Amino acid sequence: MNFRTFAAFVGPSVFMMLLFIAYPLISVFMQSFYITQPIYETVEIETCTPGFLTQTCITEQVSQPKLDEHGEIITQTEYVGLQSYRNVLEPERAWRAISNGEWNVLSTINFWKALRFTLTFTLITLPLVIGCGLGISVLINNAARAIRGPVIFVSLLPFIITPVIGVLSINWLFRGDGILTAMLETWLNRDIALFAQAWTIEILMMVYRVWHVAPFAAIVFYAGLQTVNQDSLESAVIDGATRWQRMKYIVIPHLMPLIIFVSMIHLMDSYRVFEEIVGFSSQGYVISLQWLTYDFLVPDQAGNRSISRASASAMLTMIGVVILLIFPLRRTWRDHKGGH
Amino acid sequence: MSSRALRQPLSLRLTSNIFLAFWCIVAVFPILWITVMSFKSPVDAFDSNALNVIFGPATLAKGQGISILDIIAGIAIFWGTILVSTKTLPSMVRSYTKPGQAWFGWVIGVLVVIVGFLLVFFVILPAVLGVLNPIFGPLGKDVLGLTTEHYKTVWIDRGFSDNFQNSLIVTTGVVTLSLTVGTLAGYGLARSGSTLAFWILIVALIFRALPPSVLVSGYLPVFISSAEWLAPILGENAPTLYGKPFAVIAVLVAINQPFTIWMLRSFFQNIPSELDEAARVDGCSHFQAFRRVIMPVMWPGVITTGLFSFLLAYNDFLVTSLLLDAQNQTMVPAIVGMFNRETTTTDQVVAVAAAVSITAPLIFLVLIFQRQIVSGLTAGAVKG
Repeated sequence: MNFRTFAAFVGPSVFMMLLFIAYPLISVFMQSFYITQPIYETVEIETCTPGFLTQTCITEQVSQPKLDEHGEIITQTEYVGLQSYRNVLEPERAWRAISNGEWNVLSTINFWKALRFTLTFTLITLPLVIGCGLGISVLINNAARAIRGPVIFVSLLPFIITPVIGVLSINWLFRGDGILTAMLETWLNRDIALFAQAWTIEILMMVYRVWHVAPFAAIVFYAGLQTVNQDSLESAVIDGATRWQRMKYIVIPHLMPLIIFVSMIHLMDSYRVFEEIVGFSSQGYVISLQWLTYDFLVPDQAGNRSISRASASAMLTMIGVVILLIFPLRRTWRDHKGGH
Repeated sequence: MSSRALRQPLSLRLTSNIFLAFWCIVAVFPILWITVMSFKSPVDAFDSNALNVIFGPATLAKGQGISILDIIAGIAIFWGTILVSTKTLPSMVRSYTKPGQAWFGWVIGVLVVIVGFLLVFFVILPAVLGVLNPIFGPLGKDVLGLTTEHYKTVWIDRGFSDNFQNSLIVTTGVVTLSLTVGTLAGYGLARSGSTLAFWILIVALIFRALPPSVLVSGYLPVFISSAEWLAPILGENAPTLYGKPFAVIAVLVAINQPFTIWMLRSFFQNIPSELDEAARVDGCSHFQAFRRVIMPVMWPGVITTGLFSFLLAYNDFLVTSLLLDAQNQTMVPAIVGMFNRETTTTDQVVAVAAAVSITAPLIFLVLIFQRQIVSGLTAGAVKG
């Protein structure tokens, strides 16, 4: 295929990706150094209220946005350097908190709070997803052929459901005296309020995420299990290997590429954790990096969006993505060079 | 498990199946439970006793319930629909359509089944049972509290049907556009071994990892002020892109593009390149070979990728909630709005009903396309 045909085939897709992914990325990077805000002017306003004998007049200094001839607010964009990053990171406060060892102070700064949760969430759910996925796939593989189809159908449901709706459905099971909370209460014989502190909400979020992603892992691993060499399993049995040893020395090594693949996908996705925060409406207790950017973008009561702060926090989120991708990309690059 | 050496003892098989059953319950329980909740009056729906939620005494006390006869008839119709859609429908489609146009037959067939089901279940069934229930005495007496009023509230009073329409527009747009653009690119990438193709794929992989919120913070200012900067090109009636479904479609297609081209590429690679070489020898251009020889054998891959594009557009919350205004709101942000705004339990149950309404099509989708979804999940993975 010569270059021209290749370009004709790939062109539209590349164009869309450049226009809607690469360009916004650059513009976010630029935006994070500028700040756009209305120009305020200070005006003296004299307000008079009718009173007995004389009017009472008060003169106030009010700062209000300047309007142009169409009655629209004039805005001005200026270069502020790293100011937006400073607003998001609050480095002085954070540094003071770290040097004094006051972690609870650090967690009052939204960005650090979000970073802490995002990282814990990612790192704790990863082994759980791999473990549960592996377990379920082995179970499905053990089951009779006739029930595998229906079981896979049922397993797909948590994966296919709209994430926000999935979170909400778990939320409704636990909210207030929801039946699962009631069940926990009778079991532990004490009163439980699952939505009153951060750590219980975090546990619920992780439970949801494992429930949502484990089926994906399970199905990928199940496909891998179909290609395990039966002969080596059989010879392992004859050599006296226990079930556990067969699993450890034959099945897991065979699945290793798939385990790496699922881990990569899961790391990318759980680093973007967002729907959990919306569905549990936990912003008072727990927030994530992506939610932080989202929150800056949602108009506040006055209708302003803090675009530059959102850009700064988006760029800081990007650092994590880059770190996440360095190793797999280096590996792919080496494979590519080796292949030619 | 043909070999005797690999045969498992009964105890192990039993434990394994018990655990599997446990997983199935865990997987399906939340979805099943909100479905049950959505049919109950608020008192029952949020009762802490599970049995009260299932049988709904408070709902029954209000005179809304169904009899044993109703339940039997309802299950029979469900079962019939499943049978029709898994057995009769495929054979009908196969016998009535020409080989290349099976997809068209499927679209029509699925629509007919859905419309027929809704008609029978919600129009004919209540009418028939209204006559039959009094005749059957004890069998016709209400035993299970059940009400559909929340669905009526959601769909009719709250204007959820508008949100449904918007979702339909967005998802249709995203699926069509991303498949058109994606199949071309996927084919080009699969058939070219150049370094450029490799780099495009790597960059796409990096884009796949980007959180959408990063990109949305790039779109928002540009979209809001688009009337200004488009004015020199389009003149007076330059549109404001913010709040417009077509802008969101373009954005979602682009965000989805990396995934689409990776998946389609792996499907195209499974098609032997001798096939298009043969077509080329017979005098086809690259594009003709693609259209006449490759596309006809490519439908399974295209359908699978289309399903995943559909899921992305249908399930998206972040992009649609930030880039669409209130009139063009899709279903997911609308439900989140209902959930956050409403404080009384009645409103909560209404939100539950909306959540079930949005989930039902997905369940049908899995029912019909299970094999394609599974093949899609494993397509990228098995190659590593």
